[in-house]
Amino acid sequence: MPDGAMQKPLVSVRGLKMHFPIYAGVLRRRVGEVKAVDGVSFDIREGETLGLVGESGCGKSTCGRAILRLYDLTEGSVKIDGTEIGQAGPETLRKMRPTMQMVFQDPQASLNPRMTLAAIIGEPLDEHTSLTRTEKRERVYELMDAVGLNRDFANRYPHEFSGGQRQRIGIARALALNPKFIVCDEPIAALDVSIQAQVVNLLEDLQDKLGLTYLFISHDLSMVRHIADRVAVMYLGKMVELAPRDGLYGEPRHPYTRALLSAVPEPDPRIEAEIKHIILKGDVPSPANPPKGCNFCTRCPEVMDICRRVDPEFREVAPGHYTACHLYPETSTKTAGQTAASEAAQSIQQGD
Amino acid sequence: MPDGAVPILDVRNLKTVFRTRSGEVHAVNSVSFDLKAGELLGVVGESGSGKSVTMMSLIGLLPSPPAEVREGQVNLGNMDLLKVDEDTLRSVRGARVGFIFQDPMTSLNPVFTVGWQIMEPLRKHMGMSKDAARNRAVELLELVGIPDARSRLRDYPHQFSGGMRQRVMIAIALACDPEVLIADEPTTALDVTIQAQILDLVKDLREKLGMAIIWITHDLGVIAGIADRVIVMYGGQIVEQAPVRELFGNPQHPYTRALLRTIPSVRGERAARLEVIEGQPPILGAPPAACPFRFRCPERLARCDRENPVRVPVGAGHDAACFWDPATGGERNA
Repeated sequence: MPDGAMQKPLVSVRGLKMHFPIYAGVLRRRVGEVKAVDGVSFDIREGETLGLVGESGCGKSTCGRAILRLYDLTEGSVKIDGTEIGQAGPETLRKMRPTMQMVFQDPQASLNPRMTLAAIIGEPLDEHTSLTRTEKRERVYELMDAVGLNRDFANRYPHEFSGGQRQRIGIARALALNPKFIVCDEPIAALDVSIQAQVVNLLEDLQDKLGLTYLFISHDLSMVRHIADRVAVMYLGKMVELAPRDGLYGEPRHPYTRALLSAVPEPDPRIEAEIKHIILKGDVPSPANPPKGCNFCTRCPEVMDICRRVDPEFREVAPGHYTACHLYPETSTKTAGQTAASEAAQSIQQGD
Repeated sequence: MPDGAVPILDVRNLKTVFRTRSGEVHAVNSVSFDLKAGELLGVVGESGSGKSVTMMSLIGLLPSPPAEVREGQVNLGNMDLLKVDEDTLRSVRGARVGFIFQDPMTSLNPVFTVGWQIMEPLRKHMGMSKDAARNRAVELLELVGIPDARSRLRDYPHQFSGGMRQRVMIAIALACDPEVLIADEPTTALDVTIQAQILDLVKDLREKLGMAIIWITHDLGVIAGIADRVIVMYGGQIVEQAPVRELFGNPQHPYTRALLRTIPSVRGERAARLEVIEGQPPILGAPPAACPFRFRCPERLARCDRENPVRVPVGAGHDAACFWDPATGGERNA
């Protein structure tokens, strides 16, 4: 990958909030909200893969879907390829759809069982282009070649394929309109280990060939380390850390990231014996009722007084390395060279 | 066997077949292994490799039809579990062999309280009175680390989080002090930090209670952390068996070797590109006459198409079902 810092962002997310209302009682009154995503800001640079990791319920999938405007946002701005779509209406969104696509987790559920493979892959072309039948058929074949599906399969139905092949169908459909940006939501979670590597390698090849930008959402920290250039970690609707891959895995700053990484079992018993696992106590609090102060304060092994009172700011603690934690007070990071950087981080936080 | 420990469970030549409308599926083919007292045996394989079916065959948990355990012996102590009647088997399940399933939500009954579900085996198998069972249930929940155990007995499964539900499942499996605990992907449905809690709990329980455990998983990382010995399954048979460090340090079967190379790690070197095992795992319509891995195997020899290799010793306590020898790069000398 080229030096990311020089590249302009393709996707800019500022202050993204996605709250889902809770209705209860006989009158179905609104009694609260699930703060699935609660103020998240980041950029994805052109041609890079941003890994988004976190445990179930942390809001990573909601974040991915919100960026593509599959929801109406509660708050915040999303700029993709220069167009603001955060509060855009259906017309603008429809024009933007070809640029931004999605690959879903469950290839079984996201493919219509009554449509043939050619119809599934060709559907975006029906919607957004005016190709003739033969042109369309050619394009479908081209896409099938690109993802490694045999052209003879064009008239078969999804159930005739294995999980890995179905995921290839989902990828071909996402590629149909030459998108720039693809959100991959747990694309390999439902696959066997030996098949996961096949799909990840395919995604990497396509990125090289077509210059795609990915948001790769996953709970699999080792796969994200493999595929991502930069990695963001979410916890309870907030981003707790964002850093270049080697910085995040080599020197994680946030206690949650450290615990998360240490919890990943190591497939080499010699290394495994050396690891000091940090075992977090308890469960993730409900996003309908997050704790006061830092969201992680109820489970943090390094919790301090201030954590229970003040929500830490998301700021730059090393070049390109952001975290939201009181362990890194502003003053200690402010050396001459970094002042500008931390101001930049603040402008991100406030939404420029 | 290399070390002197007596096997408490000895499985010989187990064959399980499913009859379906499109013919038979030979899910388990001549599987033999044993489990020693106090040992944690890891069973690794991809979906469809036969790992779960093997373990469910042992204690008659497969619905028949379509499943049929066609051949084999399962010796628990001096009893062959495949020969005994259903009543005896029922008294073995729960009392002598405990089972933990992957998904704690679907394996707990949603309409009964957690307390009722823990007390049931205690009353059925151990003949305890209601009060004694309740006290034991509290003890068990405390053992598996559920805070405020006594009051939580009255709660229903949906009132527990995923990790807590799996703790309840473990408590139920441990209720009657089983000699053998079979855990089928017990942490697969859990998040990593919760998985770490459960793994920690299991290590702790082993020290306290000393039962033998069979741990089924597809996650080699989990195996590396907790198992003493590992069985690798592919295409319904055991392709390799070794002590855990030996298996990871000196894998012999090309499938094991490939599997270890395809998984990335969060530590150590980062590979520029993932290695891939091309193709798909087989569906076995007939008992394999040749090596089930041959179509995906990078080391395929002429002999692999003609014969299905049997497991041969390749090191201390280490055997593999393969004609190829990684040391020479050619056929293994018999």
